[in-house]
Amino acid sequence: METTRKLIRKHSLELLYKKLSASNKVYAPVTATDKQVEYKYNPPFSDVTFDHIRSTLSVKNLVFPKVENLFIFSNSKTESSITDVNLNLLPNVVLWGSHPCDNAAFDILRSIFCWDINDEFFSKRLEKVTVIGLACHTSDDYCFCTSTGNAPNSVKGSDILLSKLSGGDYIAEFITAKGSSILASSPELFENETEEKAVIAVVNTKFSHEQVTEKLQTAFEHPFWVENSLRCIGCGACTYVCPTCACFDIQDETKGKEGRRYRSWDSCGFGLFTLHTSGHNPRHVQSQRWRQRIMHKFSYMPDRNESLGCVGCGRCSSACPVDMNISEQLEALQNI
Amino acid sequence: MNNLISRAKELLESKTVNVVIGYEAGPTGLARPAFITDSAKADKLIYDERCVQNLAVYLTKAEVKNFGKMAIVARLPVMRSIMMLISEQQVIGDNLIILGISEDNSLLDIASISVMQGYIDKCDLGNPSKDREILAELNKMTPEEKFSWWQNQFSKCIKCYACRQACPMCYCIRCTVEVNQPQWIPVQANAHGNTEWHILRAMHLAGRCISCGECGRACPVGIPCHLLTMQLADQVWNYFHVHAGTSDKMNSVLSTYEPNDKESFII
Repeated sequence: METTRKLIRKHSLELLYKKLSASNKVYAPVTATDKQVEYKYNPPFSDVTFDHIRSTLSVKNLVFPKVENLFIFSNSKTESSITDVNLNLLPNVVLWGSHPCDNAAFDILRSIFCWDINDEFFSKRLEKVTVIGLACHTSDDYCFCTSTGNAPNSVKGSDILLSKLSGGDYIAEFITAKGSSILASSPELFENETEEKAVIAVVNTKFSHEQVTEKLQTAFEHPFWVENSLRCIGCGACTYVCPTCACFDIQDETKGKEGRRYRSWDSCGFGLFTLHTSGHNPRHVQSQRWRQRIMHKFSYMPDRNESLGCVGCGRCSSACPVDMNISEQLEALQNI
Repeated sequence: MNNLISRAKELLESKTVNVVIGYEAGPTGLARPAFITDSAKADKLIYDERCVQNLAVYLTKAEVKNFGKMAIVARLPVMRSIMMLISEQQVIGDNLIILGISEDNSLLDIASISVMQGYIDKCDLGNPSKDREILAELNKMTPEEKFSWWQNQFSKCIKCYACRQACPMCYCIRCTVEVNQPQWIPVQANAHGNTEWHILRAMHLAGRCISCGECGRACPVGIPCHLLTMQLADQVWNYFHVHAGTSDKMNSVLSTYEPNDKESFII
């Protein structure tokens, strides 16, 4: 399908931001410190960054919060009751300025959360999100989107994709009906496209993910895993910053006669993740947990979910305190 | 650096050790831990200002312990961590060769744990000066201001436990936060759960923290959680006149009673 493309001037972009903020929660990236880019709800437009390479955390928090109530319960002498969370009260959210890698992750998350049954908590949240993506005009050594089938200007997952022009204005590409409805409601902010070309980051391909997937079929017992994960300290940083990691823990928290059941992020990097009640742990050392992380994303998911579990954002590598560089490892795996 | 490489080769070739734990340069130019088992690969060892990670964390890691005898590249914080680990009976000093690195990045001749102790005794053992300055600023705040400053920091916490995993002194096989009968610390990464986690972590390190700053460096969301343990290291010095990691026979400050302990903090 041919998409509509329009020009939007920087000052009109500000008007659009303000207009959307009036009726939605707008979730946009701001530079918090020299090393940290955080998404915030409704920050002033002047604080919103258009030049970040990657935010510290991904935006999965929007559809898979780090802590989320599943239901509330209470007990009295005569009865127990359970109250569902009213998902209809969720606000409409405009995700502003997220990059194509992060936006491509929504489909991957859907393939996990709605694989067999529809996870309502996830899908109701996703329904409420409109994505105004921003094509990347800068990249760094950690980026490898092109090796995972994505691109710095991929429209996957965006309702509108903005691309920066060399003069500082933007091209807006309207991908979905949600995106087109924004054009329909504010036609005065957009102009016809000119000849000017968008500035798009160059991200060189580092490996072939098809080849990696094939190599992994027979790599389970390979010494690669121990050799390349000795330095892994077993924290959950890579998992929690990852836009597609979806594992969670479920806990009850009670106070007196009332309580709640909630889910919260969990990580296969932790020893506790697979610890059995008997005391046996099928992944008792870190190399087995590191192998699981790569296998899940590049072997099990292509097999079961028909998609890679990785978008090439490079966040896990940049967040890792011991430089477990995933693209370097995948490059090596391709050639084992 | 050449001295370090030739020493590493010598140790591996003579089979004095099975592994040398040091640093190498990664593809983005960052220094990262390297585990050299083959002397032919010792040339990739580096030592410069990029090499800041506290390598002592690996001395208690199962897959690293499997190597048996090892050598470790150690500047002051690593040496002090090793002292703590020996005094807490987690590491046997005799199984370890210390490739000591001085303040000016030269290889030290550390033939034994007592030589290492002699070196440590001559060093400045307080918190690093840049952290001292931040702590001084924080300590000017009222308790309410300080609490809200920390609440703001903790709100970013995602409970990835990088702070715990990066710390050589957090070697427990099962951490208190992983015990859920009873649940001491809430699992969720919200204001309540995060505050309790960071206070618990700091308290468990009081008198044990050697001020390497590794926890804060490891944090992916930039919480300066090393300031909490450094503040306690300061207090331990003030009350008990003890610096952690200065002997291989230290008693734990908070679980040892001495008749001359200051008790001014008891209200």
